[in-house]
Amino acid sequence: MRFELVRRPERSALFSALSPFLAFGLTLIAGAILFALIGQNPVNALYSYFVEPLTEIWSLHELAIKAAPLILIAVGLTICYRSNNWNIGAEGQFIIGGIVGSILPVLYPEFQSPLVLPLMLLMGMVGGAVYAAVPAFLKARFNTNEILTSLMLVYVAQLLLDWLVRGPWRNPGGMNFPETRQFDAQAVLPELFPSSGRANWGIVFALVAAVLAWLMLSRTLKGFEIRVMGASPRAARFAGFSAKRMVFFVFLLSGALAGLAGISEVSGAIGQLRPTISPGYGFTAIIVAFLGRLNPLGAVAAGLLLALTYLGGEAAQISLGVSEKVARVFQGMLLFFVLGCDTLIHYRIRRVAQAIAPSSITDTPAASSSEAAALEAGGTGGAR
Amino acid sequence: MGLAESILLTIATAATPLLIAALGELVVERSGVLNLGVEGMMVIGAVCGFAGAALSGSPWIGVLCGVLAGALFSLLFGVLTITVATNQVATGLSLTLLGLGLSGLIGESFVGSPGLRLPNLYVPGLTDIPLVGRLLFGQDPIFYISILLLIGVSWFLFRTRTGLTLRAIGDSHASAHALGIEVVAYRYAAVLFGGACAGLAGAHLSLVYTPQWVENMTAGRGWIALALVVFASWRPMRILFGAYLFGAVSIGQLHAQALGVGIPSQFLSALPYLATVVVLVIISRNRRLTMMNTPASLGQPFVPER
Amino acid sequence: MKKILIGLAAAMAVSASVPAMAQDKTKACFIYVGSKTDGGWSQAHDIARQKVQADLGDKVETSFVESVPEGPDAQRTLERLARSGCKIIFATSFGFMDQTVAVAQKFPDVKFEHATGYKSAPNLATYNSRFYEGRYIQGVIAAKMSKKGEAGYIASFPIPEVVMGINSFLLGAQSVNPDFKLKVVWANTWFDAAKEADAAKVLIDQGVDIITQHTDSTGPMQVAAERGILAFGQASDMIKAGPKTQLTAIVDTWAPYYEKRIGAVADGSWKSESIWDGLKDGILTMAPYTNMPDDVKKLAEETEAKIKSGELKPFTGPIKKQDGSEWLKAGESSDDATLLGMNFYVAGVDDKLPQ
Repeated sequence: MRFELVRRPERSALFSALSPFLAFGLTLIAGAILFALIGQNPVNALYSYFVEPLTEIWSLHELAIKAAPLILIAVGLTICYRSNNWNIGAEGQFIIGGIVGSILPVLYPEFQSPLVLPLMLLMGMVGGAVYAAVPAFLKARFNTNEILTSLMLVYVAQLLLDWLVRGPWRNPGGMNFPETRQFDAQAVLPELFPSSGRANWGIVFALVAAVLAWLMLSRTLKGFEIRVMGASPRAARFAGFSAKRMVFFVFLLSGALAGLAGISEVSGAIGQLRPTISPGYGFTAIIVAFLGRLNPLGAVAAGLLLALTYLGGEAAQISLGVSEKVARVFQGMLLFFVLGCDTLIHYRIRRVAQAIAPSSITDTPAASSSEAAALEAGGTGGAR
Repeated sequence: MGLAESILLTIATAATPLLIAALGELVVERSGVLNLGVEGMMVIGAVCGFAGAALSGSPWIGVLCGVLAGALFSLLFGVLTITVATNQVATGLSLTLLGLGLSGLIGESFVGSPGLRLPNLYVPGLTDIPLVGRLLFGQDPIFYISILLLIGVSWFLFRTRTGLTLRAIGDSHASAHALGIEVVAYRYAAVLFGGACAGLAGAHLSLVYTPQWVENMTAGRGWIALALVVFASWRPMRILFGAYLFGAVSIGQLHAQALGVGIPSQFLSALPYLATVVVLVIISRNRRLTMMNTPASLGQPFVPER
Repeated sequence: MKKILIGLAAAMAVSASVPAMAQDKTKACFIYVGSKTDGGWSQAHDIARQKVQADLGDKVETSFVESVPEGPDAQRTLERLARSGCKIIFATSFGFMDQTVAVAQKFPDVKFEHATGYKSAPNLATYNSRFYEGRYIQGVIAAKMSKKGEAGYIASFPIPEVVMGINSFLLGAQSVNPDFKLKVVWANTWFDAAKEADAAKVLIDQGVDIITQHTDSTGPMQVAAERGILAFGQASDMIKAGPKTQLTAIVDTWAPYYEKRIGAVADGSWKSESIWDGLKDGILTMAPYTNMPDDVKKLAEETEAKIKSGELKPFTGPIKKQDGSEWLKAGESSDDATLLGMNFYVAGVDDKLPQ
């Protein structure tokens, strides 16, 4: 006896709605087992994870701060991945966005104007976009694999930032420690409700970007082009869409959003450049994009959920002394369950008594349509 | 031991884990599966290799544990991407995340305990030959395994019928399925092989390179192995070249520093990555060459239709 | 099943939110940049925390968060700790500085202690260890033990702390052998065993016969052991990695300091200070002097005693900078501010300081 997947004629609305809950339920059960194994009361531990961080206002602010860069980057990646372009280097674009956006407050602190902050944000976006244009150019011009070039450029960006803050951009009044000068008040992204917590405008940028991206994807011709390009490159070619222009469009867009996330983080949450400005947001956002089923609005929910697991991990360490590694394992399990359960949207499980010989040779159109369908399952699980 | 000889030995040690992990990933990608979880499988191999050696007292049992743990861990990826048809990019990244956390948990009690080193080969007479003796006959056993793996993978992919079938699946799983090939079984085998190789590469780190266990001890080497596969445009012999070039550049930048070359070390550290990008561009400029070797259905999930 | 779990969770929520803390206990909290088992910097702090817990027993309750990235995450973690009832919080990485300042401002009743930083406040003290004192002793030993008169130094990042260590090591060596040379390799990492091992191999290949490191893993020690040369340990006693190799090691021993400060919080005598303790205070200790002849051992012990008594200050003139200009006149000692911002080599370092 074995099980096999059978593709549903259309995506299941039932499982679409149910899958996140199913995944969450499975995570709770597996998490309870994990915590019981390491000698913790499972209920207490799960409470620390998922409830404790939500019980206080200041903690909700922190959730917004943690989720904002994840959502902002993931929204851009969502669009990129929907068009079948694989930008894995958002981490690098985030860093370059932070660097370019910081040129004004670091090198020209005497330039005082209300324009400083908007200019910084703009420059951050441009920086991220230009950095993303490198793999886009290499892909469009030389057909170079964008996954690898964008990934390699992450390391280069990290080293560039490291060099800048330890060398030419080092704070002259900072005892030679590796950091730039603190930004002036006018260069700091304001807090939303300073009386209750320190959440800043970053989360607003993230939500606005998510809604705009969703509108573009579902309501505009460009969005249609992106979806066709992702679902069936051949069909897109017949429709006269240019794959090269698309590469540039989605890379520049995702790079700009990652850059905006970078400068927002630097200006809002950190207030200066440091040798590292991201604990891997660019990579985590890739997972957020998929958890959100490559839907910009889904990315919002996924970003908040993932941010919650970080906060929960800390809460569990403080209140129960659970190791940080357990938090990471738990996070990994959650991701696997969500990814696995989402399969049920497109496939149902059938039990077969024994292996049946593969069907007779299908003709070419059928084979290629199955290929497109398979691709669609992986590439475009989002709302249509 | 001469300077040139010892530099070459250092480079060989640095290149061996990259070569092994990249060869495994090459076979996986040739079957049309993209597993971005190499880093995670490698770190699991490193911790289980160390733990196996520490508990049994034999580094060889450690190596075996590393290989098995890597394979077992890759099975998780296989079940999700092949059977449950999840997205390969996201699943691979999650695998890395899980691997880093899980290895930390497994290894918690092994931090700081002295490691066992797999002894180097010693052939009386041959190893003592000046200049080439240590290079050819005096390295660690996993170095020789890596060379055998290289030859084996090359032969398998391009000289055997099974290898041809595997490549056919990577090029078009739909057509291969239509021809009656068990796509799923082949892909499972490929993913397990990739996991075993990553596990072996990890065990090399914790049993040969630096015989100890520390968290995150792979420090990004799994990602470099991934880059090497593309750098090599999916050809085993070019992986050998890439792995040793990468090893040479990273060792070379340390030598340049020790000689007092006044370039900011961050630029020297960035060289290997920039070199990979440049080589990627050079290789992919030749479209015909790339198209010939790139598995066309790489990264796409396959579910048999009937 | 899920419903049951949720129901249970709700029921437990009530009990979990009741703080189960005895009133007479002082809650001391720690935040680490690395994992508590990183084998280096963070582990040294956690070992100290465990010792504090063992020594003070019922009087103290300790809590920690590990692997906290520097930046906004640190601020959140610090705030969560401050809100969870911690009376004193030790922020154990330089990169937590500005976040600690911000949270300290918000919670004036909680005492904060920041390691290796330079910003303080009425409820924020700073503390550091004069690691360079230990490096001076290492330099003395190196000059005695090296046949080639040249040592290799594996450095992490060119911050004042590390530059200070390089200079102090060389000054110690020059006190024995004025022509002593030092080769420096920047690994650009605090912790990557394989990369540090590579750096050690490179230095040995280039002819040095003693290795010292300002990175935290035992990788270099293992390489030195394999190649049969001598080396110094860092952050913890690394004798297990090189029983025939380690000459001595600088061991971070934070526990006495932590016990003193937690005690001060308990009896109300805590006040904000900028503390830079050295060998005499026990904040760092030298691992046993091993693998050296008795006369070298005797010299090392004498040097240690002189530093402890204050008779010997490592940075005392005449000292020339690398470019040949005079830094300190004969008999003149450097002030702490210059040391804490040190960004130049002394004469004799065979390297260009990354700027």
